[in-house]
Amino acid sequence: MKKTLLALGLGTAMSVAAAAAATAGTLADVKAKGHVQCGVSQGLPGFSNADAKGNWAGLDVDICRGMAAAIFGDATKVKYTPLSSKERFTALQSGEIDVLSRNTTWTATRDTALGLNFAGVNYYDGQGFMVRKSLGVTSALQLGGAAVCTNTGTTTELNVADYFRANNMKFEVVAFEKSDEVVGAYDKGRCDVYTTDASGLYAQRLKLTNAKDHIVLPEIISKEPLGPVVRQGDDQWFNLVRWTLNAMINAEEMGITSANVESMLTSKNPAVLRLVGKEGSFGENLGVGNDWAYNIIKQVGNYGESFERNVGPKTPLGIARGVNALWSKGGIMYAPPIR
Amino acid sequence: MGLDNSITKPYVRTEMVPQKAPPPGTVGPRKWLWDNVFASMLNFTTVGNAITSILMIVLTFGVIFLAWWVAAVLLKFGWQDAIFTGTDGSYCRPEDNKGKVPIGQNIGACWPFITHRFGQFMNGFYPEPERWRIYLTYIIGAPLIAGLLIPSIPRKGLNSILLFVAYPIIATILLSGGNMEIAGSTYIFWAVVFAAILITLFAVEKLTDSKGLFAAGGKVVIAVAIAMFAILFLLDFDFGLEFVETSRWGGLMLTLVIGLVGIVVSLPLGIILALGRRSQMPVVRLASTIFIEVWRGVPLITVLFMSSVMLPLFFAEGVSFDKLIRALIVVALFSSAYMAEVVRGGLQAIPKGQYEGAQALGLSFWQTTNLITMPQALKLVIPGIVNTFIGLFKDTTLVSIIGLYDFLGIQEAALQDTAWLAPTNQMTGFLFMAAVYFMFCFSMSRYSLYTERRLHTGHER
Amino acid sequence: MTTISDEPSGKVSLWYDPRVRSMVSQVILIGLIAWGFYALVTNTIHNLERLKIASGFDFLGTNAGFTLIQSLIEYDQTATYGRAFMVGLLNTFYVAIIGIVLATILGFLVGVARLSKNWVISRVATVYVEVLRNIPLLLQIIIWYKILLLLAPGKREFGNILGIGNFNITGLWTPKFIAQDGFWVTGIAIVIAIALAWMVARWASKRQQATGQQFPSFWAGLAIVIGLPLLVFFATGSPGIVEHPEFVSEGSMLRRGFKPGVGFVFIPEFLALLFALVLYTATFIAEIVRAGILAVDHGQTEAAGALGLRRGKILRLVVIPQAMRVIIPPLTSQYLNLTKNSSLAMAIGYPDVMGAGGIVLNQSGQAVEIIIMIMVVYLTFSLVTSVFMNWYNAKMSLVER
Repeated sequence: MKKTLLALGLGTAMSVAAAAAATAGTLADVKAKGHVQCGVSQGLPGFSNADAKGNWAGLDVDICRGMAAAIFGDATKVKYTPLSSKERFTALQSGEIDVLSRNTTWTATRDTALGLNFAGVNYYDGQGFMVRKSLGVTSALQLGGAAVCTNTGTTTELNVADYFRANNMKFEVVAFEKSDEVVGAYDKGRCDVYTTDASGLYAQRLKLTNAKDHIVLPEIISKEPLGPVVRQGDDQWFNLVRWTLNAMINAEEMGITSANVESMLTSKNPAVLRLVGKEGSFGENLGVGNDWAYNIIKQVGNYGESFERNVGPKTPLGIARGVNALWSKGGIMYAPPIR
Repeated sequence: MGLDNSITKPYVRTEMVPQKAPPPGTVGPRKWLWDNVFASMLNFTTVGNAITSILMIVLTFGVIFLAWWVAAVLLKFGWQDAIFTGTDGSYCRPEDNKGKVPIGQNIGACWPFITHRFGQFMNGFYPEPERWRIYLTYIIGAPLIAGLLIPSIPRKGLNSILLFVAYPIIATILLSGGNMEIAGSTYIFWAVVFAAILITLFAVEKLTDSKGLFAAGGKVVIAVAIAMFAILFLLDFDFGLEFVETSRWGGLMLTLVIGLVGIVVSLPLGIILALGRRSQMPVVRLASTIFIEVWRGVPLITVLFMSSVMLPLFFAEGVSFDKLIRALIVVALFSSAYMAEVVRGGLQAIPKGQYEGAQALGLSFWQTTNLITMPQALKLVIPGIVNTFIGLFKDTTLVSIIGLYDFLGIQEAALQDTAWLAPTNQMTGFLFMAAVYFMFCFSMSRYSLYTERRLHTGHER
Repeated sequence: MTTISDEPSGKVSLWYDPRVRSMVSQVILIGLIAWGFYALVTNTIHNLERLKIASGFDFLGTNAGFTLIQSLIEYDQTATYGRAFMVGLLNTFYVAIIGIVLATILGFLVGVARLSKNWVISRVATVYVEVLRNIPLLLQIIIWYKILLLLAPGKREFGNILGIGNFNITGLWTPKFIAQDGFWVTGIAIVIAIALAWMVARWASKRQQATGQQFPSFWAGLAIVIGLPLLVFFATGSPGIVEHPEFVSEGSMLRRGFKPGVGFVFIPEFLALLFALVLYTATFIAEIVRAGILAVDHGQTEAAGALGLRRGKILRLVVIPQAMRVIIPPLTSQYLNLTKNSSLAMAIGYPDVMGAGGIVLNQSGQAVEIIIMIMVVYLTFSLVTSVFMNWYNAKMSLVER
């Protein structure tokens, strides 16, 4: 940043251009500059939002904090780049950010045609519908003829068109760039239906004048696995992102929390010892310290803690674990073992 | 009465007759009301007048009703139904939203949303302990701007240099923290560039036998070089301030930064472009015209978009530009194209005799421009310049679309805070912002009007 | 005889020769520009390859998969990206053209109103101008949209506006005219009527110049333009029907409301955008008009008054024609501004070229191509407008001798 500010301010862009080419690899770059540059959303409650003090928090933000903890042993060494949905991929492709953790759905096109790689899934979402109770609708299949409010330029917009077409129902989509406009328009009655990822429905519901008059329909019409994204062609960095997430899930499965991770250092369970770095050299293989996972759990917490803190039932959002529970508890959150 | 009587004893009044009160209806509020309101409404002498009168009646009462209605709605939302205290969003949510307001109660403006985040709306994510730097920047800037705007304050030249040259450097160092760790190669690069220019000048003088070129040109080059290195050194110097990266800048402060940078850059650049467009040299003219027309021909939002989505693809691998700087460049270039047209309008209004007179005196192009035409032209177009500034200031709202947290953007981000989700926050924020923008733009437009009147030397009727 | 030479005696240094100087500086400028372009293009191509981003315009033929709230041509989710872009383009023209017409009318009215002798009207006009032009347009668009949604009746009820049409939150529904076979005759009649009216106007002005006699060419022209097509329309057996919007108030809740596709609808997003654009641009036009009128020399008004012309005629025949010369150049830029400002539509979901293009960009990931297309559209539009307005300006300008 410092370099770029200057570069432009004084018109030396071209001279810097020659000097700063050819990079070793993302991890080496990140270590050199001393922080992870993390692309987040401009504000999505529970996933990435800034509080009154300007501190970023959320499920997506925790991935970046976890990475900083793994690399530097300090979860605060993250700088955030808020991105609109249009900018997010170019920002990653051009190297402006190191990792994109911005409720991005993993799709084949994005994984293959855009030069990107999805490193895993940190939230299994699905598209749902919210309607007014007064409509007397109990199933999405009764929505023929409805006007639907949604966000533009997302997979949601495509899914809803597909769904109505597949079920041979007439519909009209009113799409907005920003969630506040979507929920505002729906609240005033511009649309009969509000559709977005189920997690979004929970958050935006709080902006309705009378949330009691609205219900969420049982149908989930799409799979929206959201996860962190990196550039193609840097496997070391890709691995680090993937295993940061896996470490958090594994920690929950083993019952290691930020509170008890200290005592786990002396655990008798070899799997736990491998995770906290007492056995094996998994951190070294990733290119970071062996206490990488210990730092993640200590400073950020395990996946369950992150979930409870940001979106769980005790937050205003009040989202239940559902499919995002561990595989052992009826969900589909599953991480390969550290071994 | 005889004629001679009047001759011998002329009747001459020696004291004034006391003034009588004017007939009712020709003075005072009644007269004023009649002349200014009712005269146009109650004229039924002809069919045409009657139609006009009826239209006027409808229009007058229509606008009075509209004004009353707007005021009523604003009062209800902003005062009667408004919520004034609270520590999180639940105070502004109805009960069934797990809030603290009973069901069925109308929720007006949620003022705690503004007061709670006032610091953020003003300063963005700028770290709180460092915010004094922003305030200090304001404190230094205010007298400089006032000094330039108020005509009776002397030493405008010195003031301009301070405001347009020194102040931006001071502000940059204060806001960012300075200490930019400028690479040694940058110093060397610029040293080489300046040396090369000097050598070229020397060679040209020798080869083309142009006496005095090296002496005259060299002076300028060395002056520029000294200034350049001084700036580089200042930015590089460690003043012991914490570095605050631009991604943490925001709120009204960012809006002002973008607006002021746009203003400071666009005026000189606009003048150069305007001169370029009127140049005798076809290439210069063509290049300036294309530049101006392209920038004026596309919406700012498209260019901002390009800067945010495409610009990273334009530069060599590894070079990345700060998002704010990208927006600043775009805004500055955009407004300089508009400024160029304003200045060109002024230049065109200068009578040809002024140019011819200057030429007859043997003045060079730059002398003519600096001493004769440009001062007159700029004076002519001051209102146009201020209007461009107002437009620029309002246009800064568009940077929120590319994800910068300007005054509008910071509010949109605040709306997503999990702790503050509530129905009327957005409208509350909009009202607050509309008021602030209005304050700034309105005072600028008043100022423009004031200078317009001051410079208006023609006679009034 | 002595000859006077421009050239001073002795050899002039090349550097001080203005021709050489301008040559050198132009060559340097060309070099810089060319180098900049070269660097830009090669960098972009290199980066696109390096990042494995597909490039080219083939994606325009791909299935779009999303719907758009308003389209003037046939469009649904099975159409292509190219067609989606086209829809956006037409929507931009649609709102821009209507907006320009309305903003001009309102702007002229307010501009004259500010000079009105009626205190209430001139004050209100001033307040309107000062408030609305000092608040950012983006903010105004969003606020107007919210107000519109707040005031409109719900989807299952409706109100009526002065007989123009019925409205509720889904928009303003008006009757739609559907042409049937044989309507082309009426179409030709319209063209002929316009040509006729123009000829009448020409003849009337010639006659007035020659004899001083006036002819009500405006009313005559209006009669021709309206009367002839109507006559032809009925003569050919009324080949067209008017389709009225249909309001369903029975049945399941979702079916109630205006029947989609019957009648013509102005959607609220369009209305809010139009409102904001017109109200905002009209403030600038009003100022231009006011300045233009004030710029006309007072002697003109007084002379016209001395000739015995009435106030209305003075304004129409003496002041406005002269004011037009001052008004037109800035008016042109306001028209262009309105068109460009319509790109803010994306904030409230109106699919203009920027909005629809943005969706295509987002879904296809082809940032470079889409942005180039959008820029070309706006550039073309502004160049065409500039050329037209320059022509008009040249025609209107004072013929100086």
